[in-house]
Amino acid sequence: MGDLFHYDFMVHAFEAGTVIAIVAGAIGYFVVLRGSAFAAHALSHIGFAGATGAVVLSLNPIIGLLAFTLGAGVAIGALGNRLRSRDVTIGIVLAWTLGLGVLFISLYRGYATQAYALLFGEILGISSTDVIVTLVAGVITLVAVVVIYRPLLFSSVDEDLAAARGVPVTALSVAFMAILAVAVTEAVQVVGVLLIFALIVTPAAIAVRFTSRPALAIATGIVLALAFTWLGLAIAFYSPHPVSFFITTLAFATYVAVRIAEPLRARMTRTALSASA
Amino acid sequence: MSDDAAAIVARDLSAGYGARPVWSQATLSIPKGSFTAILGPNGSGKSTLVRLILGLLPPTKGFVEVLGEPPRRGNPRIGYVPQGSHFDPELSMRGRDFVGLGVDGHRWGVRVTGRANAAAAVDTSIASVGAREYADRQLGRLSGGEQQRLLLAQALVGGPSMLLLDEPLSHLDVRNQQAIVQLIGDVARARGLTVLLIAHDVNPLLPHIDHVLYIAHGRLEMGRPAEIITSESLSRIYSSPVEVLRDSRGRVFVVGLEEEVSHPHE
Repeated sequence: MGDLFHYDFMVHAFEAGTVIAIVAGAIGYFVVLRGSAFAAHALSHIGFAGATGAVVLSLNPIIGLLAFTLGAGVAIGALGNRLRSRDVTIGIVLAWTLGLGVLFISLYRGYATQAYALLFGEILGISSTDVIVTLVAGVITLVAVVVIYRPLLFSSVDEDLAAARGVPVTALSVAFMAILAVAVTEAVQVVGVLLIFALIVTPAAIAVRFTSRPALAIATGIVLALAFTWLGLAIAFYSPHPVSFFITTLAFATYVAVRIAEPLRARMTRTALSASA
Repeated sequence: MSDDAAAIVARDLSAGYGARPVWSQATLSIPKGSFTAILGPNGSGKSTLVRLILGLLPPTKGFVEVLGEPPRRGNPRIGYVPQGSHFDPELSMRGRDFVGLGVDGHRWGVRVTGRANAAAAVDTSIASVGAREYADRQLGRLSGGEQQRLLLAQALVGGPSMLLLDEPLSHLDVRNQQAIVQLIGDVARARGLTVLLIAHDVNPLLPHIDHVLYIAHGRLEMGRPAEIITSESLSRIYSSPVEVLRDSRGRVFVVGLEEEVSHPHE
């Protein structure tokens, strides 16, 4: 186990991974509650165009990523939570921005690793400066979630009711998507644009199957995201395969196990009940 | 009637969205502690009235006061159940958490102080609607009647003076409708609450209501059920021939309305 933290790049990966897992786990509950899973997924893909565009302009890809996810997040938030055609609109924008991303990659000839890192994550390439930036961004996102916690919960459950009680529902929707955009930008470093679901949505989706207490669901989501990240990093260290593969596989396997266990548990309860009757 | 005794006073009140008027020139006074059913065809402006009372929509014209003040958004003295409130089966939240949002869901941050008080208020409210048994279960997995009770608990938890219930009965079977109306009537009487309830069918409400408020053809008309639910006045309100029939158990059937409502283009 000592070898694991012998290298700086592993220490940085664990530090950044921990911050990101906490943020992703916390925000994931609201993503699931608000039915915004597709929006979260789309944000990362839209961000891809921004990141590749930044590379073409010789800027840090994270800046382009953040600019595009924030812009898209605010726009999606302004569309509101109720709009039925929202997902279609998001999908249309998503397809176009991915097309843009392809263009930008072709313009920036000869350096496919950059694009590869964006798509699938590059947590083992994180510098100590990146860790500090991630930590600062992570603290800001968490503080923002805490500040809007109650009204966000309220408007996620019943927007009409929350609006009647004086909650600024549209402003909250925009604020939440902006927070999500920052979280997505952070998480892209670990799992990349394509695999963002595994860190933001899967842990929360598993957590809400265990508990219907909001605070407990958030805590469970964080613990799961941390477990996937830490275990994924540890396994990857001793194997030639990429970290993203292990993180996403751990998340997927846990989800499948929970879904399979659920009806079994229900059946066992029923059998126990009928046997005792 | 003096304004002190009125929960809602409106004079020459008009409502609409932009240039499109929904209804106009409403003059009415709803006494405190009374139970009023709001009836009328779809799209007649029942929910517009609700939005106006909640302060979500300013009147286009006229005077209105709710509980002695102009309508204002977030008025804690109004307990509200919105239209079409039933929860997604996957919604991961307990009934208890939802009722808790009625206490302080509009406040920023997380609940730090007053946890015990909030929990006690939630508990009392849940008990008052008889929802203790399932308040800790997942909200989305509860039956329509159970969800409706918890919605009511949420509306009651802040200790309001008025209940504003937008179609609380529409997803319930007849037995549950009667049980919920009975519950609303009992709670309102015990606490002296003014109740405004939007419904499609007046029958489950008849034993409990003091007034009916009809909204149709851009007009509001209010009176005692016996005055309003007659062939003459409904025909006038709807400006089409409508007949009110009563069966041996006192239930009323409004005939001639269904065709008009379901075939508005003919």
